[in-house]
Amino acid sequence: MAHGPSKGIGRWLFTTNHKDIGTMYLWFSFAMFLLGGFFAMVIRAELFQPGMQIIRPEFFNQMTTMHGLVMVFGAIMPAFVGLANWMIPLQIGAPDMALPRMNNLSFWILPFAFAILASTLFMEGGAPNFGWTFYAPLSTTYAPPSVNYFIFGVHIMGASSIMGSINIVATVLNMRAPGMTLMKMPLFVWTWLITAFLLIAVMPVLAGAVTMMLMDINFGTSFFDAAGGGDPVLFQHVFWFFGHPEVYIIILPAFGVISAIIPTFSRKPLFGYSSMVYATAAIAFLSFIVWAHHMFTVGMPLTGELYFMYATMLIAVPTGVKVFNWISTMFQGAMTFETPMLFSIAFVILFTIGGFTGLMLSIAPSDIQYHDTYFVVAHFHYVMVAGAVFSGTAAVYYWLPKWCGKMYNETMGKLQFWIAFIAFNITFFPQHFLGLAGMPRRYADYSLQFADWNMVSSIGAFVYGAAQLLFLYNVIHTIVAGKPVSEPKTWEGAEGLEWTVATPAPYHTFSTPPEVK
Amino acid sequence: MRPNVKQLFLRALALFMLSPLAFAAQAEAEGSSWLKGLNMTQGVTEVSRQIYDLHMLIFWVCVVIGVIVFAVMFYSMIVHRKSKGYKAANFHESTSVEIAWTVVPALILIVMAIPATSALINLYDTSEAELDIKVTGYQWKWQYEYLGEDVQFMSEIATPEAEIYNQEDKGEFYLAQVNNPLVIPVDTKVRFLITAKDVIHSWWMTDFGVKKDAIPGFINETWAKVEKTGVYRGYCTELCGQGHAFMPIVVNVVEKDEYAQWIADKKQAAAAMRELASKEFTMDELMERGEAVYNQSCASCHQANGEGIPGVFPAMKGGAITTGPVEGHLDIVVNGKGGTAMQAFGAQLSEVDLAAVITYERNAWGNNLGDVVQPVDVLTFKQGQ
Repeated sequence: MAHGPSKGIGRWLFTTNHKDIGTMYLWFSFAMFLLGGFFAMVIRAELFQPGMQIIRPEFFNQMTTMHGLVMVFGAIMPAFVGLANWMIPLQIGAPDMALPRMNNLSFWILPFAFAILASTLFMEGGAPNFGWTFYAPLSTTYAPPSVNYFIFGVHIMGASSIMGSINIVATVLNMRAPGMTLMKMPLFVWTWLITAFLLIAVMPVLAGAVTMMLMDINFGTSFFDAAGGGDPVLFQHVFWFFGHPEVYIIILPAFGVISAIIPTFSRKPLFGYSSMVYATAAIAFLSFIVWAHHMFTVGMPLTGELYFMYATMLIAVPTGVKVFNWISTMFQGAMTFETPMLFSIAFVILFTIGGFTGLMLSIAPSDIQYHDTYFVVAHFHYVMVAGAVFSGTAAVYYWLPKWCGKMYNETMGKLQFWIAFIAFNITFFPQHFLGLAGMPRRYADYSLQFADWNMVSSIGAFVYGAAQLLFLYNVIHTIVAGKPVSEPKTWEGAEGLEWTVATPAPYHTFSTPPEVK
Repeated sequence: MRPNVKQLFLRALALFMLSPLAFAAQAEAEGSSWLKGLNMTQGVTEVSRQIYDLHMLIFWVCVVIGVIVFAVMFYSMIVHRKSKGYKAANFHESTSVEIAWTVVPALILIVMAIPATSALINLYDTSEAELDIKVTGYQWKWQYEYLGEDVQFMSEIATPEAEIYNQEDKGEFYLAQVNNPLVIPVDTKVRFLITAKDVIHSWWMTDFGVKKDAIPGFINETWAKVEKTGVYRGYCTELCGQGHAFMPIVVNVVEKDEYAQWIADKKQAAAAMRELASKEFTMDELMERGEAVYNQSCASCHQANGEGIPGVFPAMKGGAITTGPVEGHLDIVVNGKGGTAMQAFGAQLSEVDLAAVITYERNAWGNNLGDVVQPVDVLTFKQGQ
């Protein structure tokens, strides 16, 4: 017999309900998003003008490091795990996740990981200051003592991700409603299934990298120290063998979200469903064999360099297929432009621009000039922010009525969209110019020829940061005072099992599996 | 039919998004100067021009694809809207179209790969170099060694701290000026052998199309044959700690005969320095020279007032080593301390400078030990290890 949630704090501490856990993941990731965003504001404030005004270079490096780590591991990844928790059971007609207790554990260790990471800011010698890519030996021999806490934090995050992924794979493969064949699954489920496999494959590699660091720092080994027979470049190979799949781990679920929203508001089925699935799998496969394109300047042999260039260029093909499919879905649809659709369209445009710069970066000789400049910073913020963050925002607006039974304020949603869209471009488009003009990344201070665009970029960043507070306001306002909605199907063109349950979604859904024809 | 506000807005937005391309195209055609600072520059070597051409080629490929894709998208967004009463079609696949947009991009990529490959092969061809220069990255400076010429020197940022911390107006080459620029001859194939002593750095000369990581324990090769004399400026491009933004690169490319004269002068200066090492200095001479060396090489960590940064960089003022036995002091300055930011200055500074800075550290900031370390003491210490 279904029963409601228990009362008080115990509901959240001991819950095994996928909806509760999804909610906690989403709130946690938003908190981390604000924290990482605060670090970004410090960075942009310091870079507003040439010269050191607010902080010292040493602290600047801590800010860039913490910004990257918190955003990647604390904000974006948990946000999509939260969406997976909420939506995968609803989309495949399952009563809950396959491993509910592990689900609770994989969430509740995360706050500890980030408490440990954030506490390093208050330690003697300061927080990690070697960039989110933590290249040895800067992160080993030359690291502040807090590096050990950083390593412990990464281990916990990795454990959390692996458990979450195992759970998703188990759920998708075992708990689909009768008739829900693999090739009938919504694309969000497909992209998450593939992402989960990527996570299970590469998180142990990251754990291995930080464990080798731990050994080098504390136990006298020399994995990454040439003086002891090791190799600093080995670190980069291991890191990017994790790191490149990692960026697809971030973006694939975003593809899934966009593939749900665009058909809804185009009132037309997704174009090329099966090619979308195959393209996702192809991108996932390619992600394992292109890692050294992050290392075109480390002095690889010519043949290695050529191989990684060719393999990287190939990624453009399946990625192009996805973009073409989304646009063909919109083509001859009957479109409306509610907030989730606006964010999704912006995603397609800006992600495509990020894809173009990615293609430019894949050309190894040109990459010699782009590498480690603001051109790269612009590129990955176009895919990380306008990609992952925009799609996450779109997803929240899209499913919020289903989650809480209240409708957000459309005007306020659109206002947030336009501020975010314009401010994002003011922030990051000029960074292409900065990079091409020769400004290296992770610079606490810069020469005078870079002053104008840095100021423009900083102004954009402050506005973009403010837009996130508007997002927070919109969500809270919706939950507290939004117009109640009760039809199962919030959006006219929406398809899928999640729109067959009551609104707001009851605490327990699909206790009896639905029949999928 | 009167276009409504929304439509106008969308059209304006579409124009806005395409406008940078139009401007870029126009400026590219005119070679106008306002594009400076917006695009990559062509540089002054064959390699840098090849890179620039590849960059522009792939840029225009992206622009053309982008214009087509976004045109279709904006057309649909303007025409295929429910508010205009447009009824949705129901197609959702087309094998031939899907094959086409898989194959065509693949073909474009193959065409792109051809010039990229030949550029890369050229970029890797370090054979038949006429001059070999070893470049070593340190936290946070560069060392240049002319192999076979017995000439080596450190090259450090020359922008004063007062400019960085806004006590003085910033000069034209703020953070892009050094005390000793690298000097190379024009029209000469120079091979750079790049390595590092502590963490990974990266030696980037934009105008040469050269960027190579400097990795401790490994030596990377790259090359440049510069076609035009002049002063060129570059930066370190691998995060290397707090001074990452403060270790610029300046290369002075000169006529061949000017270079020959310069290298001869340098050799002579090196010989004179060796001679100087046997001279007896007075306390005042050493203190004066020592202060200059200290401010150049030590103050960025240990601070000009000798107080260091608590928890990170030890204080010199009243420090255990600076007020302890002179052997310990010599040892840490000459050999550095493994596993910390303290470098081995034995290979970076001359005996005279080492003696001066140690004397200075033992007698400045109230450390008044009164002992004088002579260059010959440093030499004896070095030989005795």
